[in-house]
Amino acid sequence: MRGARAEPFEALPSALTAPGVTPQATADGVPTAWVPAGRIHDTLAQLKRDGYRFLYDLTAIDERMRTHREHPMGDFTVVYHLFDYDRNADVRLKVALCGDRPSLPTLTDVWPMANWYEREVWDMFGVSFEGHPNLYRILMPRGWQGHPLRKDHPARATEMEPFRLPDERQAELQEALRFRPEEWGLQRREDELLFLNVGPHHPGTHGVLRIVLALDGEVIVEAVPEIGFHHRAAEKMGERQTWHTYIPYTDRVDYLGGVMNNLPYCLAVEKLAGIEVPERALVIRVMLCELFRIASHLVWYGTFAQDVGALSPVFYMFTDRERILEIIEAVCGGRLHPSWFRIGGVAADLPEGWDGLVRDFLDYMPKRLRDYDQMVMRNRIFQGRTRGIGQYTLDEAIEWGVTGPGLRACGLEWDWRRRRPYAGYDRFEFDVPTATAGDAYARAEVRVEEIRQSLRIVRQCLEHMPAGEYKSSHPLTTPPRKERTMQDIETLIHHFLTVSWGPVVPAGEALQMVEGTKGNNGYYLVSDGGTHAYRTRIRSMTFPHMQMLPQMARGLMVPDLLAILGSIDFVLADVDR
Amino acid sequence: MRPLSLQLVSVVTVLVGVLTLAAGLIWLERRLLAFWQERLGPNRVGPAGLLQPVADAIKLLAKEDWVPPFADRPVFVIAPAIVFVTVLMSFAVVPITPGIGVVDLDVGLLFFLAMTGLGAYSAVLAGWASGSKYALLGGLRAAAQLLSYEVFMGLSLMGVVVMAGSFNLRDIVDAQRDLWFIVPQFAGFVVFMVAGLAETHRLPFDMPEAEAELVAGFHAEYSGMKFGMFFVGEYAGIILISSLITVLFLGGWHGPWLPGWLWFFLKTMLFICFFILLRASLARPRNDQLMAYGWKVMLPVALLNLMVTAAVVLAVGD
Repeated sequence: MRGARAEPFEALPSALTAPGVTPQATADGVPTAWVPAGRIHDTLAQLKRDGYRFLYDLTAIDERMRTHREHPMGDFTVVYHLFDYDRNADVRLKVALCGDRPSLPTLTDVWPMANWYEREVWDMFGVSFEGHPNLYRILMPRGWQGHPLRKDHPARATEMEPFRLPDERQAELQEALRFRPEEWGLQRREDELLFLNVGPHHPGTHGVLRIVLALDGEVIVEAVPEIGFHHRAAEKMGERQTWHTYIPYTDRVDYLGGVMNNLPYCLAVEKLAGIEVPERALVIRVMLCELFRIASHLVWYGTFAQDVGALSPVFYMFTDRERILEIIEAVCGGRLHPSWFRIGGVAADLPEGWDGLVRDFLDYMPKRLRDYDQMVMRNRIFQGRTRGIGQYTLDEAIEWGVTGPGLRACGLEWDWRRRRPYAGYDRFEFDVPTATAGDAYARAEVRVEEIRQSLRIVRQCLEHMPAGEYKSSHPLTTPPRKERTMQDIETLIHHFLTVSWGPVVPAGEALQMVEGTKGNNGYYLVSDGGTHAYRTRIRSMTFPHMQMLPQMARGLMVPDLLAILGSIDFVLADVDR
Repeated sequence: MRPLSLQLVSVVTVLVGVLTLAAGLIWLERRLLAFWQERLGPNRVGPAGLLQPVADAIKLLAKEDWVPPFADRPVFVIAPAIVFVTVLMSFAVVPITPGIGVVDLDVGLLFFLAMTGLGAYSAVLAGWASGSKYALLGGLRAAAQLLSYEVFMGLSLMGVVVMAGSFNLRDIVDAQRDLWFIVPQFAGFVVFMVAGLAETHRLPFDMPEAEAELVAGFHAEYSGMKFGMFFVGEYAGIILISSLITVLFLGGWHGPWLPGWLWFFLKTMLFICFFILLRASLARPRNDQLMAYGWKVMLPVALLNLMVTAAVVLAVGD
């Protein structure tokens, strides 16, 4: 496990050896350095030239309530996380900013994908970015007062003024929703372009997403996605809930991924706390995660087919998904949001008879997948609708931060389970499917093959399920093991505190990225040595993919937009958090 | 000329028959789709859910008759009636048995083509009059699709006309006493079926509605019984196309052992079920792909079919 707190300094790339740059040790071993605000733009540009072409994350931390201050912290810290696919190396840069209205130069000239990330930081923290082309709020409504992830912003409605919506205010908010083409670089030409408002309520957007289309006939001249309708303050709640009680919130981020969301969160907390998870718990986790990957891909498969007009497949795939959910229900009791993983293991051991259920499913599924190949993938109309649609190259994919099947559909065989093994994935045999075309059909091919590979992994779990504990005996395991509490007073007190207050996780910070159902899902946790996270950052899978939508849709037609949306495979709760 | 009383009986029989069948189709389609999609479909109202269409009709009739304030009111109201009326008018020329049929027109086939041509206005006008962008896009697509498929729908039937030597549908049925036209006119049959599907805008030709992208397309703004008219009109359209395939290519009432009307009914139902099966199994092409298919494949096939048929008839007939 890459848990080395030891030597992060030597791993720093040469661009960071300049004076003024201070390295920092982290629990996750990602080379981390503080860079002065004046030099950050050039440093990042230099790093990009040096091969760090993927801007993995861009976020901020409000440091004003910190008790552990070891580093040159200001009031706010902006965090940049870069990744280099060639060397499988990453680097995290931090910038300390002071004052109530901090500001930084924009990064959009280096990475166009920084656009939405900077908007989010502005929206959530009030850090502005000079030179940003459209620095508007992105998750909160335009008329919102304050910046929600600042520590002085209330986290509960009960801490706020009673909610009132007078008519003038409502009119104001309504007006703020009006689409202004000028803001998006479109000259207003009502006589030439038709502006079509797709969503927030539309059968093709899979949730509350709004896309404004500028149409010339049925040809898309420009598409402007507007997100935030599904924003539920998942990150803010991470600062309010204890380490343990936050787990159910993670389930609801990518609500098709179920326990797959628990995984990066629990792994990150375990890194911070230094917990080793027992073998059996690892394999149970992998098995449930892969079952959820199949379930999520099945939902995608069916709805994608429906987006291009095929009515029937979705019913078949939901039938299959139901079988997975029956297994999940037998094991966890829950179905869509089992919240089954715990810090240090899983909630309980597998029930009697679980293996029969899983074996039945493994025997049942392959034939169904062959039927679907015939029904969907080899269907000429389906191919006609998806080939060459929403195409991008590998370079564009990296530039825009695409991960997961969308990246592998461009030919890069990059699976985080394989390249950065976590949770014991290195012990499993599976292939990483790729395709080369980079279009909607290629993405579909990759996902369909991934279902088969996940079945392989589940079978390995079934056949090699180790015996042993399902939960670690580490004192910070939550809820702690009960057996020894009646033997000595020390353990009893620990148990009492961990159950009533929640575990106290040592100060530090850790990121865990996993190969989620739809891309790279990362939880970046900062602990201030308390019973809850100081900052919970969810690097969501589909936020960057959604940002790429205009790029993919320009020049195509309205029906293609739906094919593209289907091929991205997004969940709006994951985009908006 | 038959006596007036018999004439009236024919009219009422056809009208009631078509409307009942159209309502029954709503049930049939939902049950069949469900059967093919591993689910049950409506099974609560009446035995096996058979009274579902009645419940649907009551619901639609009881709804407020609402016209959106931004719509072009007169056109908005007329549009759903057009599809309904033109489809029912077309049934006038369909001969069910030698004895059952409303009128016996010598230009029966032309009358049918004229009525479908008029019916195309329904979707176009509805899309235009709704005053909504989604409906407008649906209406535009309907105009493009229906007009281009109209062209070779007519052409595909000319082979049949050449062989039967008449536009009269009864004569056409009689001409098939020995050999159904589906054999010599197979190309015409395929083209007509495709065009008929497009005419009723059923999947895979439901671009004007295209639920996933245009919400409901040209009838997005319709509700209550005005929506119901589109709904029943669509099903009546399916019956019409199926019964015309029966008349033109499958020998109409001809068949051994069973009475003529039953043969007609069975042949028609076969195609109705086939149309429903198509809906369950196919995806929706993009509208430009559909246009390309129509103009580049269907039209040449229809023309070729006509030329070959005419040449053969000329050569053999002399």
